[in-house]
Amino acid sequence: MRYLTHRMGFFVLTLWAAVTVNFFIPRLMPGDPASAMMARFHGRVNPAAIHALEVAFGVNSNQSLWSQYISYLHNCLTGNFGISLTYFPLPVSTEIAQALPWTLGLIGVATVLAFVAGTVIGTIAGWRRGSMVDSIVPPVFVVTSALPYFWVGMILILFFSVMTNGALPNDGAYDVTSTPGLTLAFGVDVVRHAVLPAATILITSVGGWILTMRNNMLTVLAEDYVRMARAKGLSNQRIMYQYAARNALLPNLAGFAMSLGFVVAGAILVEYVFNYPGLGYMLLNAVNNLDYPLMQALFLMITVAVLVAVLICDFLTFWLDPRARSRS
Amino acid sequence: MSATLLAGAPGETETPGRSRRRGFGLLRAIRGNRKAMVGAILLVVFSVLAAVPQWFTPVQDANAHAFGLMLPPSAAHPLGTTAFGQDILAQLIYGTRQSLVIAVVVGGLATVISVLIGISAAYLGGMADGVLSAVTDIFLVVPTFPLIVVIAAYAGNGNTVVVVGVLVVTGWSYGARQLRAQALSLRNREFLESARVRGERSSYIILFEVLPTMTSLILANFLGGALYAVLTAAGLQFIGLGDNNSLSWGTMLHWAQSNSALQTGQALWVVTPGLCVALLGASFALLNYAFDEISNPALRPVRRPRARRTRS
Amino acid sequence: MPDAPVLEVRGLTVEYDTAAGSARAVDGFDLDILPGEFVGVVGESGCGKSTMLFGVAQLLSPPARVSGGSVRFRGQELVGMSERELASIRWRGISVVMQSAMNALNPVKQLGAQFEDVMQVHGERSREVVRQRSEEVLRLVGIDTVHLKSYPHQLSGGMRQRAMIAMALLFTPDLVIMDEPTSALDVVAQRSLMMQIKELQRQLGFAVLFVTHDMSLVSHFSDRLVVMYAAKAVEIGRTRQVFEAPGHPYTQGLMDAFPSLRGERVTLTGIPGSPPNLLDPPTGCRFAPRCPKRFEMCDIPPRLYETGASLAACHLHAPAAEEAVR
Repeated sequence: MRYLTHRMGFFVLTLWAAVTVNFFIPRLMPGDPASAMMARFHGRVNPAAIHALEVAFGVNSNQSLWSQYISYLHNCLTGNFGISLTYFPLPVSTEIAQALPWTLGLIGVATVLAFVAGTVIGTIAGWRRGSMVDSIVPPVFVVTSALPYFWVGMILILFFSVMTNGALPNDGAYDVTSTPGLTLAFGVDVVRHAVLPAATILITSVGGWILTMRNNMLTVLAEDYVRMARAKGLSNQRIMYQYAARNALLPNLAGFAMSLGFVVAGAILVEYVFNYPGLGYMLLNAVNNLDYPLMQALFLMITVAVLVAVLICDFLTFWLDPRARSRS
Repeated sequence: MSATLLAGAPGETETPGRSRRRGFGLLRAIRGNRKAMVGAILLVVFSVLAAVPQWFTPVQDANAHAFGLMLPPSAAHPLGTTAFGQDILAQLIYGTRQSLVIAVVVGGLATVISVLIGISAAYLGGMADGVLSAVTDIFLVVPTFPLIVVIAAYAGNGNTVVVVGVLVVTGWSYGARQLRAQALSLRNREFLESARVRGERSSYIILFEVLPTMTSLILANFLGGALYAVLTAAGLQFIGLGDNNSLSWGTMLHWAQSNSALQTGQALWVVTPGLCVALLGASFALLNYAFDEISNPALRPVRRPRARRTRS
Repeated sequence: MPDAPVLEVRGLTVEYDTAAGSARAVDGFDLDILPGEFVGVVGESGCGKSTMLFGVAQLLSPPARVSGGSVRFRGQELVGMSERELASIRWRGISVVMQSAMNALNPVKQLGAQFEDVMQVHGERSREVVRQRSEEVLRLVGIDTVHLKSYPHQLSGGMRQRAMIAMALLFTPDLVIMDEPTSALDVVAQRSLMMQIKELQRQLGFAVLFVTHDMSLVSHFSDRLVVMYAAKAVEIGRTRQVFEAPGHPYTQGLMDAFPSLRGERVTLTGIPGSPPNLLDPPTGCRFAPRCPKRFEMCDIPPRLYETGASLAACHLHAPAAEEAVR
């Protein structure tokens, strides 16, 4: 139990750190967002827009820094991130709520798929060490794991979209002409649009999982308890799954949690390349439009998503590793 | 060399006596491992291109809008020209320098920081360790790419120094965690005990006993950091947060994307810089993977002859 | 009429394939084990004793492999057998106890589950029978049966080792192979474990092949002793006799290195030098470079000679005829 409370504590601590960083960024950066706004809108700045900035940054010259911080924390906790400057006058939270499902759906599913596929392939590669499979797997996937996400996306677009004259779409989450709804036609459309972006994520990230799982397997296979399992005459399958893979999986989960930052980076770029309306795409647009409230809120949102994923990994580890349950 | 030939337990590092043979052994190890060879060759090729780009292309200033727009590949322009009239091949060659320099600088600085923090955390222990570890974990978990994006947006015009800075600040944490773990496991090994018993100071122990044993991990960290830098810098430049007027592969991709190169049939403008990023990244990744194999006997490739049944 | 040996090893050779060539970690090892015997194998780190053990049990993994020799278990040749053929002998005939139970027991499975899987693999389907047998063996080693539901990390070191021994006895095998099972324990737990093993041996009648670097431990409990050096057996004999009259200078050196608890104070002498490089071993006697009694004949590799008390691979015991030939 202490393990879980410890991890929850870390969750809260990190979240607080992210929020605090968010609070201080505008104060530490050169220039003043308000004047940048003014310059951008050629002096015609809506008082509501200024207020939006104030809420987003917690800027209020009447209050001390400390009380500004407190009200900023309060705003964050209640989901009040101000008004978006790009989608004025819609509040930031509404915008985020629209983009979130697309990101979770595409990136979330693709990443989990890549992890699962990578783990399975890595297990087999590690088990069949010295075989044909194993001599091809490492070099190929070492290379694929070094490919830049966005470039792979662009190559896929080149070969499957441009060269095939639009067989697989490369723009957005669904066709602008179709009507969103719970219809089969719409569903198919969404899936069609998701194929290339998802493939991009799969191709680039699966390599990393395969390699780490394979290495973990090899390390575990050299352990005494695997030799014991052989000495007991257990079947290969049983040894592979219950003795080797079960143990090799644990550090892989931890590795997954640690690499989420990188996954996010790739996801943002993939959304950008495919104009996929998720959180990442929104973030980059916000940057181009100098929409500070939206940018900062997105950063927080993405951080929360990552922290939740890490927490899920922690729970999984707790479930799978009896040592974590009794950790003091 | 002693007669201990049982494959060492994975994760067990070599005893210090070996470090003297490292120099020789390293070169031989690279030559023996195919992945390392490929990675090393790629790296050498890129280094040469970065050092003396002018030997490989007649173009002097790759950024100048000197030639015809969107020309297809020809003898004069082996990869064609961009929408601004720049020779693509020349851009690739001159752009090598920035990408390589960023990779090496970020890799080096990030490794230095992770060594400092990771090893100090392991040795100081207690409260200091708790604080350093918490900081490391926070940096590790918080998705730094969005943070970089936000910071870069505030910092105004893209600037390579800023890019390097944020990459270092966001890239050290993974290495620090690994190094701390290894330093902790080494803490109680016998050769360190003997150094302590001899009366050596902690700083001596850290510098001359611990660090040499950790060189393989530190090297791996450097390579990992360089890989991270290459890919992330390219990504940042691609979305326009680097110095858009500078000459690098990421910036090429940025301009290609903003000119809809894919859709307008200028595929080479898009494909080639990305390919270079991929190759440079792959060289670091291959070397990293190969060193993993070299330093951990459990991971080495094996051949499997069958046992012969003999009658005596 | 003497019983047939449970285990007959002839000329066992194990090679490691390294980048720098093949090294013989075990070079021509011979041994017979009679039913119910306790045979101890001693030697310094790297002499090949653990490798020999795993070679006998057919548990080597690449890059190690059995490159020659024969291992007969109850008359059946094990070398070259396929895994399927070996499976029926594994655990029923020969079981294994390893050095550190923390590493030898699967950390993510309960103890009971680890007993159960080996019984299932050997055809025991009834959960009731499995449970009963598991409880029975735990009681044999003095562990509360509630621990069938425990995970390895929840038990103390001594308990874990005893649990491993219990597991090894599930099918009352003919031979139990033990690789330094006491090294991870404190002296008190060591002695108690050894006494337990001897008691079980008396009750159930299995033979033990026990590898250790601890001379004093093995001297009290083994019937026969094998001393290994640099991949070869250099002395074999009844334990008492080897201790009282060591035939090989290396064995003598080992005895001298251990102080006696009682008796007069003596200066401890170690054995200077270090073991040879097995990638390129010396052509003659492998101990010669460090041997205080080296003489000209030692350039020829010795075979095991009778010394009256034991067999020793030392030319000092060569029959006069052979010595005269040089």
